[in-house]
Amino acid sequence: MHKDNEKMKSEIIRRSGVNPSKCMRCGKCSGTCPAYDEMEYHPHQFVYMVESGDIEPLLSSESLYKCLSCFACVDRCPRGVEPAKLVEAVRLSVIRQQGANHLTANDIPEMLDPDLPQQAIVSAFRKYTK
Amino acid sequence: MQRIGVFVCWCGTNIAGTVDVAAVSEALKSEPGVVFSTNYQYMCSQAGQDIIKDAVKEHNLTGIVVCSCSPRMHEATFRKTAAAAGLNPYMVEIANIREQCSWVHKDMLTGTEKAIILGKAAVAKVNLNTPLTPGESPVTKRALVIGGGIAGIQTALDIADAGFPVDIVEKNPTIGGKMAQLDKTFPTLDCAACILTPKMVDVAQHENIRIFSYSEVEEIGGFVGNFDVKIKKKARFVKEDICTGCGACVEKCPMKKIPNEFNLGMDNRRAVYIPFAQAVPKVATIDPSACNMLKSGKCGICSKVCTAGAIDYKQKDELIEEKYGAIVVATGFNPISMDKFDEFAYNQSRDVITSLEFERLTNAAGPTQGKLLRPSDLEHPHTIVFVQCVGSRCDACAEKGKEYCSKICCMYTAKHAMLVRDKYPDTEVYVFYIDVRTPGKNFDEFYRRAVEEYGVRYIKGMVGKITPEGDKLKVQASDLLADKQLHIDADLVVLAAAIEPDKTARPLATMLTASMDTNDFFTEAHPKLRPVESPTAGVFLSGTCQGPKDIPETVSQASAAAAKVIGLLVKDKLTGNPCIASPNELMCNGCSSCERVCPYGAITYIDKEFPQPDRTVAVRRVAQVNPAVCQGCGACTVACMSGAMDLRGFMSSQIIAEVDAICK
Ligand SMILES: Cc1cc2nc3c(=O)[nH]c(=O)nc-3n(C[C@H](O)[C@H](O)[C@H](O)COP(=O)(O)OP(=O)(O)OC[C@H]3O[C@@H](n4cnc5c(N)ncnc54)[C@H](O)[C@@H]3O)c2cc1C
Ligand code: SF4
Ligand code: SF4
Ligand code: SF4
Ligand code: SF4
Repeated sequence: MHKDNEKMKSEIIRRSGVNPSKCMRCGKCSGTCPAYDEMEYHPHQFVYMVESGDIEPLLSSESLYKCLSCFACVDRCPRGVEPAKLVEAVRLSVIRQQGANHLTANDIPEMLDPDLPQQAIVSAFRKYTK
Repeated sequence: MQRIGVFVCWCGTNIAGTVDVAAVSEALKSEPGVVFSTNYQYMCSQAGQDIIKDAVKEHNLTGIVVCSCSPRMHEATFRKTAAAAGLNPYMVEIANIREQCSWVHKDMLTGTEKAIILGKAAVAKVNLNTPLTPGESPVTKRALVIGGGIAGIQTALDIADAGFPVDIVEKNPTIGGKMAQLDKTFPTLDCAACILTPKMVDVAQHENIRIFSYSEVEEIGGFVGNFDVKIKKKARFVKEDICTGCGACVEKCPMKKIPNEFNLGMDNRRAVYIPFAQAVPKVATIDPSACNMLKSGKCGICSKVCTAGAIDYKQKDELIEEKYGAIVVATGFNPISMDKFDEFAYNQSRDVITSLEFERLTNAAGPTQGKLLRPSDLEHPHTIVFVQCVGSRCDACAEKGKEYCSKICCMYTAKHAMLVRDKYPDTEVYVFYIDVRTPGKNFDEFYRRAVEEYGVRYIKGMVGKITPEGDKLKVQASDLLADKQLHIDADLVVLAAAIEPDKTARPLATMLTASMDTNDFFTEAHPKLRPVESPTAGVFLSGTCQGPKDIPETVSQASAAAAKVIGLLVKDKLTGNPCIASPNELMCNGCSSCERVCPYGAITYIDKEFPQPDRTVAVRRVAQVNPAVCQGCGACTVACMSGAMDLRGFMSSQIIAEVDAICK
């Protein structure tokens, strides 16, 4: 593996606390993912690409923001890999690079809509702040 | 003072190549107690052994040190040599100057120096050796088999055929186990009942076999060759010796809505029931939790219709006490519960079933008489999804699944898929797999046939979730090779549930002091070389209680266990290993530390009287070691804080003497 890739991989692993080598490539995460069709890279591919240090394409992928942070994949992965945490860690490295939160608590009241599920707000916070 | 002879072996050039054997025998000559020392090309050869025997006579030797290969190799040989020359065999010590010396050193100087040191240590030990005599115990020539599945059946038949009496204890009303519930069996697709029920009849008719059905083991005492076992024969409220199995009672019993265990609750039985037509023993059993007569004293119909007069509402549990020389555990397995797998909707839809339920659904004696109809509306399913590895290979949460591969599900799923396509070619059949694991004779060919000849659609990927919607099951899954998420509207979903050992195995292991792994499978004495013996002497393992297995493997292991039992029962007496633990009663304070560490349950305590200097008598609790059970592992000698426990042949004083000799 290239040195830069190696570094990026260990950074993502450290930040997410996920061990991608536990993955047995069953695809249950991608079988369960409600955002599958929106995503360019699917949860099992995230795991595989991080494991092989192929993180560059993930950084610029829309998939980072298409993931709903619903954690269905985390709940159902038979090996306890927690793919959504990897997605999150990669996303954070992009957001942090730009040095700014995309969302603050003050923005919330304006966006509130009675039809919006509570979980969407929580997941928006997961995705756009840190 | 001992008179010790030292015999240094060259082992051709194996030892002599890196160790100066002459220098070794010369150096050891001046060690305390040594009266004779020599070296020879092959000490284990006839000529070599004669040198030892002659020296014993000529020099009146009381102890022998052989500097040679590992004691694992030839200790027994040289002990026999010593015995032939009239010495106690336990007066022989081996200094391993091959595996632990010549083979690991390149330099002659270091090799020779180390060989001399190892020799000195052995001499120091022999100086403290005492003659040991192994104990003997008689063997009860009867075996107990716990569990009457195909494993227990095969083991019992083999032991009985060799002429020894065998008792089978089966907790269900009939023997047969899971195999009795199967429809056809891979890889040859012969019908399970056709090959199993003749064996069940053989068991019933064998003059050397007794079946205690509807019974459980209550208590196990004793040790190899001499187990004392208490068996509880539960009241079935039917006199077993009188009941003819005609089923008149079953037909007339008004309690009709009791979930039928044999069909996994997919249909009902009566309060009085015979599990299936070929049950052995074929006698009725009354379920006390369902019978009106037993619950409220109102009914008694079965007793009126039974012309044989076999019904006995007053029957009590019976306790049977019996002695056995050997015990075989054959308690089998069960599929795990699907309750924790919400994503597969097992508890939401009756059309999501386990593979064992599927076996009943396709079985001619099952709830649908063998017609493949889905449980909810008894319609023929047109799209069936099979999911492999449900709860197997699951590392995420121990409460949900099992970390191991259940080994049999790839093959039985291929079987199910193939049978469906064969009988109902209009049915679409999907199998979701992570890997297809089919090692075994004719196994991969079998799986390929399902794909190539029967058109089963194997998809690499896992089902993520199943949602019941109307009369369909919405299956969402990934197809990893096509890089797609699939959505299939299925009529029936079959889950290949992981298997686990029977829940009664753990308490049974405690009674037997037999060890188990973290998954509650029984542990074998050696994973490769002693696969059918438990580390506890006299306890043997048969079938899936030791690990996941299909029928061919189960039967091979069952016969292997029987061979081991027969090997034990043909002996009139068991000669023990004299190198066992023995406590110094004067130093023992009865603290129980040794009992807690003994893996074999060899240690008990007695209250013993000790005369005191003032002529009174004091009673103290002291440890006792059962010589037939102790394996000489030495764990207790380390645990004993008072230094009372010692291992014969490996006394602490002997070990210290060896260490001193090395460090001198
Ligand atoms: C769905 C399915 C399909 C299968 N299809 C095939 C196939 O096609 N071909 C094949 O080769 N294999 C097949 N198998 C595997 C096969 O069922 C097993 O290999 C076999 O049944 C193991 O036999 P056993 O005697 O070890 O265990 P079991 O069949 O489980 O028997 C154990 C017996 O011990 C009794 N017992 C348990 N605990 C106690 C106790 N404490 N005291 C007294 N009795 C006790 C039980 O009641 C039971 O009768 C299949 C398995 C499943 C689940
Ligand atoms: S957390 Fe993201 S990747 Fe995981 S299942 Fe939900 S949407 Fe898909
Ligand atoms: S569910 Fe878990 S083990 Fe399976 S592919 Fe996804 S991350 Fe890997
Ligand atoms: S007495 Fe009990 S078992 Fe017999 S017929 Fe009545 S309910 Fe059934
Ligand atoms: S045998 Fe096949 S289906 Fe069963 S756990 Fe192993 S890999 Fe999975």
